Amino acid sequence: MAKVLMTGNSAIGEAAIRAGCQCYFGYPITPQNELTEYMATHLSRRKGCSFVQAESEISAINMVYGASLAGVRVMTSSSSPGISLKQEGISYLAACELPAVIVNMSRGGPGLGSIVASQSDYFQATRGGGHGDYRTIVLAPSSVQELADLTHHAFALADKYQIPVIILGDGMLGQMMEPVEFKHEAPEELPIRSRALRGAKGRPSRIIKTFTSKPTELEEINWSLYRRYQLIKKEETSCETFLVEDAELIVVAFGIAARIAKGAIKNARTDGLKVGMLRPITLWPFPSAKVEELANGTKHFLVFEMNMGQMIEDVQLALAGKGEVSFYGRPGGVIPTPSEVFRVVSRLYYQKGLK
Amino acid sequence: MKKVYTRPSSLKRNPFHYCPGCGHSIIHRVMTELIDEMNLQERIIGIPPPGCSVFAYYYFDVDMAESAHGRGAAVATGIKRAFPEAIVFTYQGDGDLAAIGTAETIHAANRGEKITAIFINNAVYGMTGGQMAPTTLLDQQTTTTPYGRDVKLEGYPIRMSEILALVEGAVYIERTAVNSPANIRRTKKAIRKALQTQIDDLGFSLVEILSPCPTNWKMSPLEAWQWIDKEMTKQFPLGVIKDTTGDKDAN
Repeated sequence: MAKVLMTGNSAIGEAAIRAGCQCYFGYPITPQNELTEYMATHLSRRKGCSFVQAESEISAINMVYGASLAGVRVMTSSSSPGISLKQEGISYLAACELPAVIVNMSRGGPGLGSIVASQSDYFQATRGGGHGDYRTIVLAPSSVQELADLTHHAFALADKYQIPVIILGDGMLGQMMEPVEFKHEAPEELPIRSRALRGAKGRPSRIIKTFTSKPTELEEINWSLYRRYQLIKKEETSCETFLVEDAELIVVAFGIAARIAKGAIKNARTDGLKVGMLRPITLWPFPSAKVEELANGTKHFLVFEMNMGQMIEDVQLALAGKGEVSFYGRPGGVIPTPSEVFRVVSRLYYQKGLK
Repeated sequence: MKKVYTRPSSLKRNPFHYCPGCGHSIIHRVMTELIDEMNLQERIIGIPPPGCSVFAYYYFDVDMAESAHGRGAAVATGIKRAFPEAIVFTYQGDGDLAAIGTAETIHAANRGEKITAIFINNAVYGMTGGQMAPTTLLDQQTTTTPYGRDVKLEGYPIRMSEILALVEGAVYIERTAVNSPANIRRTKKAIRKALQTQIDDLGFSLVEILSPCPTNWKMSPLEAWQWIDKEMTKQFPLGVIKDTTGDKDAN
């Protein structure tokens, strides 16, 4: 189909419907309201579909849990403080191996923070976020087109690995408008997962739970999750590289920050500086092997994030001392310009004596 | 010879883990009888809570899933919205439904969700060792009201069913008890009506059941049965609290 001009939030909604999302449960919070409103307009009256504006983010995620139990594709969305409230439910989804798509159009924190774009939820998203030993797949789009593409992909990943998938965007991606092309038509028939609870008809009754009084039983559940996480690391890690072949300095950035960094790198290249970029698309699993491989070409890395330095820890872990990592970040919802990042890049470049 | 008593087919062959004199086993028995009688085993989905009845799935031979504490009404909403053909019930204690899950319960009722809540009121947090519940009576001693529940410090025992009766989407609410054969029969009748309300797609239904917890009340099972009559029913009177199922405009 032809490209249409849409906000990122609306594009996620449209992509979700086209991915066969049957239920959406949400609660108002800026800067993701356009997504909830899109679902109210376009999903709520669709045949076989349901939309509920819940009484809280906690209720919304537990409705997601219920709909996922019943075997349908389901999504919720929120922004940072609301995502904190959802952590209880995300832990239960992970524990019970239930697929779901959770969108975080993150904003400045901590606390009530601000309503503008920030990347300060990286730790929360990539370390599980709630209680217990679990991970979620975390996808970090950097354009409206990618929001749409990764939303579609998120539902497929959630079903494939029976796991909650987080789309970690930010207020800027959610609210900006860009041309977007939807590559899939909404399915005629909505998919029903095989392990769903739909009444014990023609099969023995089914229990979905993790609670047990036997620690060894829960230990095995943890090992089983761990094995799946290892498989996801092997199969689903994804990233983009930009002008890294001859780079003396590599900028590592995700999401909207990578978009800003790209502008800065283009300016640097015009000035003859050999700067490239690595953009993780999956934040978990993190593209550690790619970082390690890039360290064969250069030892100099600059991590740029719109926070106080969170992804930098994954870069350092991946390098294991084999590279030198610098950091530039703006927390609180401040949005750096490409020229600001260009100044940081060129200063570092000359400081390190790179040619 | 005619067989007059048998295990319901939707009740599994597992011995109950509940304490002697506990109301849960009676309520499980009554509910599984109803699931058989109403032919619901193949379409019913149960949501037991954290707490003593977290193991309800060891006894109910129907589809079940665990819920986070207090979130039963939201989980049930999700299931019912995704799969409206199911008959969905939550099984919740007083702390679950009337403290941590108050918002979920009131708003599910207000939306008129076609779900049924089985609300077990035993005036304490049972599994955690007998702490004060929102329904603990005034002057009642618990591990967190060791001097008795003092209204100045701990407030009043909350009448959740009466609060829910004000909510328009709730169409059938009854309070019963399981402390005598007659009350057990009334409980069964009330749960039948609540499930039928859901089958008829009329709205939110709830049965509050006063249920003995001899272990945490530090009473014999018989004393616990008597305490329900003498003390609990004064604060929580038995009977139909709301029934608009006959109204044409009931949602």
